[in-house]
Amino acid sequence: MTKLLQWLGSLALLGGIWAALMLDLVGLHAFSPSWYQVLWALPTYLLVTLGCYSLGVVGYRLATFNDCQAASLELQAQIREARADLARRGMKF
Amino acid sequence: MASAARKYSVLLPTYNERENLPLVVWLPVRSFEESGNEFEIIIIDDGSPDGTQEVAEQLIKIYGSDKILLRPRAKKLGLGTAYIHGMKHATGNFIIIMDADLSHHPKFIPEFIKTQKEGSFDIVSGTRYKGNGGVHGWDLKRKLISRGANFLTQVLLRPGASDLTGSFRLYRKEVLQKLMEKCVSKGYVFQMEMIVRARQLGYSIGEVPISFVDRVYGESKLGGNEIVSFLKGLLTLFATT
Repeated sequence: MTKLLQWLGSLALLGGIWAALMLDLVGLHAFSPSWYQVLWALPTYLLVTLGCYSLGVVGYRLATFNDCQAASLELQAQIREARADLARRGMKF
Repeated sequence: MASAARKYSVLLPTYNERENLPLVVWLPVRSFEESGNEFEIIIIDDGSPDGTQEVAEQLIKIYGSDKILLRPRAKKLGLGTAYIHGMKHATGNFIIIMDADLSHHPKFIPEFIKTQKEGSFDIVSGTRYKGNGGVHGWDLKRKLISRGANFLTQVLLRPGASDLTGSFRLYRKEVLQKLMEKCVSKGYVFQMEMIVRARQLGYSIGEVPISFVDRVYGESKLGGNEIVSFLKGLLTLFATT
């Protein structure tokens, strides 16, 4: 199964459960009217939460992205070393 | 030696890398000689007009034609076919692929080898996004795009490896051969597809944090076109794998 189908399947399942509860297809009459207001907005809440989570994760990872200054300096030093060694062995740059 | 002999073939696809090539050969040679691992470095030059191949010839004179192999092609033909071409001439049972512009430091090769041995992995992938991994020479915008793209990829593909667009990796030769038959994408997406297909085929993947130092010589490239083709490729993999 492709990732796309996995996503569509999960979304259809969640959407189905949500619609069943909204339309009271199961006949539970389990929720008071105020519950339906919450249930109605639930997908929007979830979407906003997901968006905030994503922004938070990307922001955190951006802020903690290592800047490898030392690696760059090390490389610069090794480049000089390599050029000197290769020149000694007869390399013409 | 108790275990079967291991030999590592480093594939270096080049195009106009005359400045970088001597260094990108010198560094791994030194590290291989220190570690005592069997190795060869295969330079696949796509007809660079800047004299990359002359530089390669000089390196062959210095290090010997058993250690440095020049297997050029007439013109620029792309990364995927460069690996296929290089593999034809590779005598090692492990293949290391890396960029020839010094953004991938050969000092990590011993860590790749160590990780591979410890986990008996089919693939070891360098990662900029884990542990001590990181980048140098990127501005905030570039880092943001990179992090955002990586997050999106992780969410959509759940690939089980943290760096899909990197191209510093070690493969068992037969694994790389198998993957090359399966993968059709180009550019960044090609590297992603390799990991995704590897997972599908049940290959194990180990990771080594690497520091990525953006090109010392020459131009680095990340344009709008690349972002569009990355997204296209990501969605294609999302819908087809």
